[in-house]
Amino acid sequence: MSANTSDASAAGASSARRLLGASSPRYGEKAIRAFLAVCAGLSIAVTTAIVVSLVVPSISFFGEVPIRDFLFGTGWFPDFGADAQFGVLPIVVGTLTVVVISLLVAIPVGLLSAIYLAEYAPPRLRRIVKPALEVLEGIPTVAIGLFALLFLRPLAETLLPFLPWRTPFAVGIAGVAVGLMIVPLVASVSEDAMRAVPGTLREGAYALGSTKSRVSLRVVFPAAISGIVAACVLATSRAIGETMVVLIAAGATPQIIPPWEVTESIQTMTAYIGSTATGDIATGSTQYDAIFAVGSLLFVMTLIMNMIAIRLVRRFREAYE
Amino acid sequence: MATEEKHVSRSGRTRLAVAGARTATRSAFGETPRGDRLGGVLFPALLLLALAFALGGLASLLVWSLVEGFPRLDPELFTNNPSRLFPETAGYRTALIGTLYVISGVIMLIVPIGVGAAVYLEEYADKQRWYNRLIELNIQNLAGVPSIVFGILGLAFIARGPLNLGFVAATGSVTLALLVLPTVILAAREAIRAVPPSIREASLALGATRWQTIARQVLPASIPGILTGVILAVARAIGEAAPLLLVGAVTFVTFNPAPFNGGYSVLPVQIYTYAVRPQEEFKVLAAAGVIVMLVALLAMNSFAIWLRNRYERRW
Repeated sequence: MSANTSDASAAGASSARRLLGASSPRYGEKAIRAFLAVCAGLSIAVTTAIVVSLVVPSISFFGEVPIRDFLFGTGWFPDFGADAQFGVLPIVVGTLTVVVISLLVAIPVGLLSAIYLAEYAPPRLRRIVKPALEVLEGIPTVAIGLFALLFLRPLAETLLPFLPWRTPFAVGIAGVAVGLMIVPLVASVSEDAMRAVPGTLREGAYALGSTKSRVSLRVVFPAAISGIVAACVLATSRAIGETMVVLIAAGATPQIIPPWEVTESIQTMTAYIGSTATGDIATGSTQYDAIFAVGSLLFVMTLIMNMIAIRLVRRFREAYE
Repeated sequence: MATEEKHVSRSGRTRLAVAGARTATRSAFGETPRGDRLGGVLFPALLLLALAFALGGLASLLVWSLVEGFPRLDPELFTNNPSRLFPETAGYRTALIGTLYVISGVIMLIVPIGVGAAVYLEEYADKQRWYNRLIELNIQNLAGVPSIVFGILGLAFIARGPLNLGFVAATGSVTLALLVLPTVILAAREAIRAVPPSIREASLALGATRWQTIARQVLPASIPGILTGVILAVARAIGEAAPLLLVGAVTFVTFNPAPFNGGYSVLPVQIYTYAVRPQEEFKVLAAAGVIVMLVALLAMNSFAIWLRNRYERRW
């Protein structure tokens, strides 16, 4: 009995296939599908290539320089020939100084702008300002670096003459410029997060007699916090990886300075890579491999930040649906 | 449109609710505390100040470059070759040609590959499979990799190493294409996802194959979105200098570059090499280059955003 029915259904299915199935094997369809899959898979190949091109020279670098000296050494003098020192700390500290200063500018300005755009701005103003911020996000970093060196730096010297401006370069100026650069990113991403907070939460708060500022700060802000944190993490990652601004405006002095000496010149990891690779150094030398070791460290740092940001963004997107 | 209406009715409801709640609180607790009323004025003022600071800072960049570079905005800027010695007459000609070469290479690479990857991920990929999830996560991650790391990739893999193209414009094209590819893929995916399934179902029901459905229905419907993504990606590639420092774009080129041999330079890198020279005239020249670049980029970005708003279709 059961064998009969299964036979019948199999026969029915096969006759249906004869009627509606494709009349040719459609190799073209398969070829297109394969080509598209290759396009998508290319991203994996790119990542693999990045990792390989970072790791292989790094291994030969760490054959010459012990990894402990690299990570914890405080002298970064890769060009001193026999006396070369490869302690990465000065340029890591330089990078972090720029990041901290830029975040001190970008996070308050970006978040307050986002609150205004999401909660206070009339719709018409928002329709103008949001695209304007997106356009400003596309300003090339060379332009920002030039602006920092030739405009912000002299301006700061006029406004704050009591600070010791010894060189044309200053870590503080570079940090402020990087901060200005990432404000649109912070504002745009956290505004999206705040707008994703459902209106019923706001209405509930208003019904309890809250003022508008209280609703914004105590209801919407905490509800959107994972998106806001994601925006800040993304901004940090962007600031770590920023090259041209620091290359132009922060100088090239790999030194560890206390964070309040904002008028000193420093070097960052990206600026080191950018300035060294443009000079003529022999392929395969320790100096050459040092670029890749620093690049690996940079890659790992930004990778961790991006993973955190992606996870947080996913959480705020799914939170209220 | 639907969200707009919802917004209106919601704010109407909100106003009613607030008025009711205020009356209730007032009758129970008396007048609003003075701090709250003061905060209600100061807080929005602070917010506006922040927004003004953000927009003002970036607007002053535009104004500054205009004022600073204006003296050198002459035809020679476009027609003369770069020079280390004569900043008064030096121009950007070879850098502009180099940019054209590099960017046409970028466009030729990112359009087929980016759209292809997006079509695969949206139309073919089974989201449950681990490798498809890996590709998605990987693309998101690549979008956040610092550009100078792509420069390292270009140096080790494309200029030297396996591809061995040498330090030519084509190397710059490939490097920048890989850098902006995630942007194109993400934008194209959004555009393809916005085409409703009913369009596909209708096409398939009429006997079209999967690829016919995609090529004749889905892709034409998503062209504005894809184009927006491509323009934004190209705008980013034009302004990008850091990765090109590593793949040879810093050479001083005084002859017209060719795509596959000889040195090349591009506009942002040429601006950088002028900017780090000590003479004052070179700074003016650099600022003039910034104007050229900003005008091109702002036009492209605004066009992309206009395109998105104009063709954003709700099915």
